[in-house]
Parts: sequence; structure tokens; C-alpha cells
Amino acid sequence: MLWQGSDSQNSTVARDRRWKRNAYGRVFGFRCGWKSLAKILTLSALAGLVFGAAFADDRAETRQATVSTNTNAPLHAVVIKRPDGPPQVDTGLTNFHGQPVMASCSSCHATTKPNLDTRSTADLDQFHQGLKYNHGNLSCLSCHNSQDYDALRLADSRTVAFTDSMTLCSQCHGPQRRDYDRGLHGGMNGYWDLTRGGRTRNTCINCHDPHSPAFPLVMPVLPPRDRVAVPHKPSTNHAPAAAKTP
Amino acid sequence: MNTPVSETQSTGGVSRRTALKGVGAMLGAAAFAKAIAPLTEWTRDMPAEEFFQRHYKELSAIDMQIILRRLEKETKEQHGVDVTITDDKPQPGVKFGYALNLSVCNGCRKCAEACHIENNHDRPSNQSYIRVFEMSKGSLDMEKGNAHYDHPVPQPDKFYMPVQCQQCEHPPCVDVCPVEATWKEPDGIVVVDYNWCIGCRYCEAACPYHARRFNWAKPQIPAAEINPNQSYLSNRIRPEGVMEKCTFCLHRTRNGRLPACLEACPTGARVFGNLLDPDSEIRQVLAHKRVFVLKEELGLKPNFFYFFDV
Repeated sequence: MLWQGSDSQNSTVARDRRWKRNAYGRVFGFRCGWKSLAKILTLSALAGLVFGAAFADDRAETRQATVSTNTNAPLHAVVIKRPDGPPQVDTGLTNFHGQPVMASCSSCHATTKPNLDTRSTADLDQFHQGLKYNHGNLSCLSCHNSQDYDALRLADSRTVAFTDSMTLCSQCHGPQRRDYDRGLHGGMNGYWDLTRGGRTRNTCINCHDPHSPAFPLVMPVLPPRDRVAVPHKPSTNHAPAAAKTP
Repeated sequence: MNTPVSETQSTGGVSRRTALKGVGAMLGAAAFAKAIAPLTEWTRDMPAEEFFQRHYKELSAIDMQIILRRLEKETKEQHGVDVTITDDKPQPGVKFGYALNLSVCNGCRKCAEACHIENNHDRPSNQSYIRVFEMSKGSLDMEKGNAHYDHPVPQPDKFYMPVQCQQCEHPPCVDVCPVEATWKEPDGIVVVDYNWCIGCRYCEAACPYHARRFNWAKPQIPAAEINPNQSYLSNRIRPEGVMEKCTFCLHRTRNGRLPACLEACPTGARVFGNLLDPDSEIRQVLAHKRVFVLKEELGLKPNFFYFFDV
């Protein structure tokens, strides 16, 4: 296979050689299998070398501490982040506790007649003015549910909750969903080894603004300052001789 | 039998036995002088432990612990920070692989920044194990990439290719090291022993991916920014005059965690995992994407793969 060295035998020999000479100092027994470990234990016991026995015990401990991966331990969970629920709009008012008053979509839309013709953000009013929209030729009601504004709508007019918005996105973005399911799309945090810890994965809208999903331009951070990669600048020391003469 | 004795007595010279004794004594003295010669390198400011670490002996696990505690103590003295230095071992049945999706990388260099912080890099030089090249579409020649772009990204006619250590199967950097201070571990990570490296920079010259870095000066890091979770072979603060390189964050990955650059990537361009596990994400990349490696013609067999969404 592509990533496996064809002469692994060779590199093992080289590694062993290094093993012996390296100041960083491996415990040499570390490389031994159980058989040789047992041999060493028996020998040291026979010889009655208290020191040797202490060494062998120490090695056995290290070995045990290392072999923690290949057990049948239960796997930790992969948690996919989800939206908390339907979005809410800040009314700009505060209640008598001083907390902001939030309004759900249905507060207004329950009594407002949906306009199926709205296709441009210029037609929007109230809270929706100034919405940046750049997501193909969809209209608001392609995704928003005119029957229930606290939920979303699939292409076949079924209702889907805001918390399951990934289902909605996947209707059109199949290849991305396929890659996501294989773990190849979208950022994650935590453990690659699920026997030792869990993982948190982003949902679509953690990275993509659903109204304008393309990534915006950003300024790069941490400009490199090393000498090696500095682009070559034409030197001024080698200007034509004619230019130097007054 | 008595004749030689009488001869010696008569000439009054040195007997053969005495001469041989003398030669033996001289040889013994010379051998002793040779044996203690390394002691002449023992300077006043060098602790005994450091002296003995320079003069090879096989280390037990206990010895290693003593060294780690000493390094922690020295870090405390020099930087005023309590750190934990561990010696994370390769895991059986694990071989690390990395893949990067060039279709979504937007060149923001957040990965380089995360590396800078995680691996206790020198602050003034903005050191990082990752160099992001701005590439013209239509070419995959990293030598023509520009790592010093300074404008909003991504530009429409460009793509962005982060390059770090490729953890080659046949690492040329390891081959050229004259003191074997760098080697490839069973889980595929090429590591450096900073206390064994002599700083000749042969490996830096040998690496076709420009992945190795040299510590021109003692790394300067504000005490508050030092990452205290350190490992002997990865992110402990390097001495001046030694080489360093990406270790796939082995202090994290050998404990099951994802590398810092992956967690920092805002586009999800990075995929990491165990090449020996058929269900791992990295194996999904190899199975379902058309991957390529940098400078394949050199035959170094990198364990770092690039792919485009198709």
C-alpha cells in the first residue's frame, strides 16, 4: 500500500541500531517481547540479583502503561454540535429584571401573511433589513417554513427542526454530507482515538452562514519572519558600473 | 635454568621481567588516562547529570525520569514556569497519517499560529513548523509558492498549501545526521533529541520540504504563554543551536488527542488519524479521495497527503 515502506525490515534494523546508541536512552527491555522479558526475569531471579529484579519490574510497569489503545474499551462519543433551537430576535427592550426581551419568529409571523414572491433582500423590512444574502437562487421560503416560522422546511414541504438543520443543507450539498459522514469535511476537536476520549464536530452553520455560506475574505495571521523563505530581492550592490560613475 | 639469572646479575642491566612490568604499567597508565579523558570536558557550570548524558550510557526508565525532572527544574530556573515534561512512547498498532484538503484551505495561517503557541516556539521570529504557500492555480510546485503573502485571503486565482514535516518513510534528514540525533519512531514520527543534536543543520539541507527549523537563539517566550504540557521529543523548550521539527504534536497525539493545527483550522481542511485502522478518517481519505504527495518523484514516501474535493 501507498503509505507502507517496502523495506520495513531495513528501517527496523536501523532503528534498533539507533536504539542502542541513543543518548535519549531507551530502556533496552522496552523493545523486547514478553518472551525475552520473561527470560530476563528468570535469569535475574536465578542470579538473585536484587538490582536486576528491580529493573525488570520497572520495565514491566512501563510496558503496561503504554498498551492502552488496543483494548475493547467502550468508545467515547462523537458529539455533533447542534443549534440550540429556533433563532430569536432581540427586540431591544428589557424586562423589569433588566434582561433583554427576545422574540421568536412566530411572534410576528403568526399574524403576518407570508410573501412567497420575496426573492431579494431589498424587499425585506423590520429586523430583516440589511441581511446579507448570497446563496444561489433560493427564496426565503425555500428553507423557512411558512406554516411554522420556528421550524424549517425541506424541499418536499416536510417540516424539520432548526436543531436538524444539517438535514436541510444536505438536500443540495450531498457530496459535502457524504464527506462529513466519513469525517472528511468540517472541523473537529478532541480525540482521534475514541478509546481514550470523545470528539466534538461542527455542524454546517458553525462555519457557514446559511444566508451567505461562502467563506469571507480574512487577513492571514502570523506572517513568517524566517530567513529561509524570504523572497529574493534584487541586490543594489551590483548596479551597472555606468550608473556609479558621476 | 639458572644461567639467565647469573647473566643478568653479571651485566647489572634491567631484567626482562622488570622491563615487561614497566611496559605493563605504562600501558595501564595510558589506558587509565584515555578512560578519564572525557572528564577534561567537564566544565564548572555543567551539572554532573548533563555531563553523564553527554557521555553515553544505557538509560533505565528511572534514569529517564531523573532527566525529565532535571529538565523541568531547569525550565523553572530559566523561564520561571512550572512545566510537566513527559516521555510519550509510540503506541503499538498506531501509525500516524495526515491529509489536507486544498479545496477548502483558505490560507489564513491559523494552523501555523496554533503550532507556534502549542509547541513553545520563539516569539520574535514567529517560528512555526507550518509554512503556508500561496500557489498559482495550475501548478503544484511548492518551490514557486509564496509564503510571505500579506493580503486578504483567499485570492480568486490562488490556492493555499500548508507544508510541514511529511514524516517520510525514507527520511533523508535522518540519513544525513552524523550523530544519529534524529530518527524515525515506530508510529512514523521523525523525532529529534535536542540534547544530542550538535546543530550542524545537515538535516535542514537534506529536507526537500523545508520542514526543519534551526534555533538560532534561545527561544524567547513570555512565561505566561509557555505551554506547560511538554514532551521530551516534541514541544519542550529547545536549547539554542539545535534543530527542531513538526512531530504531529506527539505529546497530544500519542495520548489520543488531535494535533493543535487540526483543531485550529477554521475550514476543516485537515484530517488526521491512524493509518493502520481501516475505519479511521485518514483511511477514508485514502479510500475515497484522489490524494497526492509532494515531490513524489523523490521516492521518500511521505505520510502527509494532499487532496482536492472532486
